[in-house]
Amino acid sequence: MSKNANDEIGTSQPRRGGLPRVTGRQQFVADISLEHMLHVKLVHVDCGHARIVSIDTTRAATMCGVTCVLTAADLPQPVPRFGPAHDDRPILAIGETKYHGQAVAAVAAESKEAAEAAAELVRVEYEELPGVFTVASALDPASPLVQEPELRPGDPLKHTNVLREMKFGWGDVDEAKADLVVENVYSFPMVTHFAIEPHAFIAAPEDGGVAVWTATQNPFQMQRIIARVLGLPLAKVRVRAPDPGGAFGGKQHPKYEPLVAFLALRTGRPVRLLLTLEETFQEVRRTSCEIRARTGFLADGTISFQDIQSDFLMGAYADIAERVIAKSNYLACGPYRVPNARIAVRALFSHTTPSTAFRGFGTPQVSWAHESQIDDAARRLGIDRVEIRLRNLARKGEAFVPGDTPADGDWAESVRKAALAIGWGKPLAAGRGRGLAVAIKASATTGASYSIVRLHWDGSATVLAGTSDMGQGARTVLAQVAAQELGIPFDWISVVMGDTATVPFDLQTSASRSTVFMGQAVARACHEINAQLEQMAAELGLDATVSVAELLHARFSEVRGEVIGVGSYRSEQQADHPLGGSPSFYEFSCTASEVEADEGTGEVLLVRHVTVADVGKALNPQHVEMQDEGAAVMGLGHTLMEHILLDDSGRIRNLGALDYRIPTTKDLPLEMHSIVVENADGPGPYGSKGAGEGGLMATAPAVASAVTEATGVVIRDLPLTPERVWRAIQESVK
Amino acid sequence: MPSSKVLITVNGAERELEVAPNLTLLDFLRDDLRLTGTKECCDLGECGACTVLVDGRSVNSCLMLAVEASASEVITIEGLADDGRPTALQDAFVAKGAVQCGFCIPGQVMAAQYLLQRNPHPTPAEIREGLSGNLCRCGGYVQICEAVLAASETGP
Repeated sequence: MSKNANDEIGTSQPRRGGLPRVTGRQQFVADISLEHMLHVKLVHVDCGHARIVSIDTTRAATMCGVTCVLTAADLPQPVPRFGPAHDDRPILAIGETKYHGQAVAAVAAESKEAAEAAAELVRVEYEELPGVFTVASALDPASPLVQEPELRPGDPLKHTNVLREMKFGWGDVDEAKADLVVENVYSFPMVTHFAIEPHAFIAAPEDGGVAVWTATQNPFQMQRIIARVLGLPLAKVRVRAPDPGGAFGGKQHPKYEPLVAFLALRTGRPVRLLLTLEETFQEVRRTSCEIRARTGFLADGTISFQDIQSDFLMGAYADIAERVIAKSNYLACGPYRVPNARIAVRALFSHTTPSTAFRGFGTPQVSWAHESQIDDAARRLGIDRVEIRLRNLARKGEAFVPGDTPADGDWAESVRKAALAIGWGKPLAAGRGRGLAVAIKASATTGASYSIVRLHWDGSATVLAGTSDMGQGARTVLAQVAAQELGIPFDWISVVMGDTATVPFDLQTSASRSTVFMGQAVARACHEINAQLEQMAAELGLDATVSVAELLHARFSEVRGEVIGVGSYRSEQQADHPLGGSPSFYEFSCTASEVEADEGTGEVLLVRHVTVADVGKALNPQHVEMQDEGAAVMGLGHTLMEHILLDDSGRIRNLGALDYRIPTTKDLPLEMHSIVVENADGPGPYGSKGAGEGGLMATAPAVASAVTEATGVVIRDLPLTPERVWRAIQESVK
Repeated sequence: MPSSKVLITVNGAERELEVAPNLTLLDFLRDDLRLTGTKECCDLGECGACTVLVDGRSVNSCLMLAVEASASEVITIEGLADDGRPTALQDAFVAKGAVQCGFCIPGQVMAAQYLLQRNPHPTPAEIREGLSGNLCRCGGYVQICEAVLAASETGP
């Protein structure tokens, strides 16, 4: 049987779905309107922590156009709770609110205007309570408990605000010899995802169950959680996941989907809830933290130990924060050979927005500390900052975390490339400085992806995959894999996603896992088709020159039919592993930056910014570059300007686009370069690894290091706002 | 609330509707005309996702009332393509890899359209300035600016 010799892999095919996005035809959740649909508006109270004294819904419920006003009292008792890891979040607040913006009631009405007006009429009497808004207050025994102890039966920490204490390490830190010990405290602020698409949810009764439309990265977890909360079998919960308008981890886990599902079943009608951008800010953020790092070095710059203690402020509910904290801190020593390590980290509750997955999954926080420590040592020891990294980086094949997945890339190669591209060692203009930093993220540990590929009668194919295409271009890359494996043109392949009733199970679109896990599942489904075709050809006595279309015609004749392949890729749990399984691969990234600092204003201008991503194999080089540069721009946000500010009542002071600034075109570095390292050493198809998060993982330490070289000041708290840089300069000249 | 009559030409078609006087042009386009290509994000005029052209000028449609746009000619993202054929600008956005999640893209395209109308051959610095009111959280600014530059070289 002959097939087209495709050379799809490594080709920059244009983004699938590009055209509908530039012409306005792409449908996001908020663009979907169902007949007889009700509009939902949430009711909040204006502080971080409050006891709800009473809720009077009378006036709202009797308003013209209002169908239903729901409070926790109207839900099944006890009110169902849910969460990706702990079932702690109630559908609506019960008795008290635990963060600024938590909904206490929901109004469903015939129009958006009526819902908004009625929500204003819901009278909530509440008493503001003292809240836990900082690490210090979370650890203070006199502070209120954020979570009710009865939600944590058998947990010895249930009478504290500590959800979990985690310890990782090896060797013996106390016995380790060091010529220099560097000890510092680093802080990383709360930052929010700020996807340009605010969160939006629709639910409707369907087929004796419920259908939910939500821009989720995780339709199958959503289906499972809604099914459990409603007491329905999985087959009666259909989650449709239109492509998210930006997700970045913030659309990974359920928020108000269970609420709209309840409202749809209660009213018997479709319901839609569109959060404002301000409400979206109140629902998702990155975990903030304080990291105390004590690092020992030998005189030649060799790391002898890392002793890290950190506290991560999770927020009011656990969401997936415990996992974020565990995975990132497991690699808190970075990609280095560290003979002795002691890592102790606490996951703390607070009366703040529940933190969740956010691009990098904790890595930007831990790299901020380990990279800044290395720089500090380099300065004190008089060793070049690139040289000290090259001396300590784990070599390919080295088990830098004893007993776990060894270093799976030539990481020094990435560092050398970044150093070359930034002009490391060349003379600097006055007021300028350069910095370079690395970071490493453990990819997916366990997981499963399934794909069904249907080779149609005419030789075209449809790929069914549960991945969410949220901007990374998964449709494009999966179509390339199928085109390559089936030997048919890229344009003859459609990829269907985002509907649990149609596509087979996928764990989730996270951890840069889809190219590896779903890519392999698609490839394997294609291999199954190829095996069937070969058998068909043999049975029909056709020789190797027959085309796929001719073979299918010969086999199926005018009755027609199709060839179906099923592929899966799984990584099973390891009971004795601290993370439940070894990382499938590491996402390694190196960032180098040249800045110009204005000593008079504290402003930092990015002159040149370089990212290097070790991706194994770039299946679509343009997509890799889009992702990597995009991540770098996002990283400049938490490095230079983004931080959520709370007032004494736990209210977010900079709620919304006016006061919370993210990078614009005017914040772009004057020059940006994205470089890939391809050694085909990953577990994905053609030796690929995941990509897309790396570009922001080392931004902060690289830029901060450059600022230090430019100004002489060392700053250990993010972001590096002009005010903070200016103040540090003023302090240093005193 | 008493309603007001608006007569607006949207993408070349005259539309006459009774609307509430506090209805924004954005809601009018999205909810009344079902032209959902124009996106809603910040509702403050900060993000640019709702950018449309009103009488040839770039406008944040969340900051304009529908009644204020009465007797005006409005072009939305749906009205750019000619007979369903994307413009050179739209093609350039796809070709240059400027489209990631795509939610901000209609606003970016409209802002770029306005920029190129005023200044058919902008410098890279002028492009950055012209698009500085349109947020993209995927961070695709480099590719977006390249797309606008490429479109300015090929013409509309």
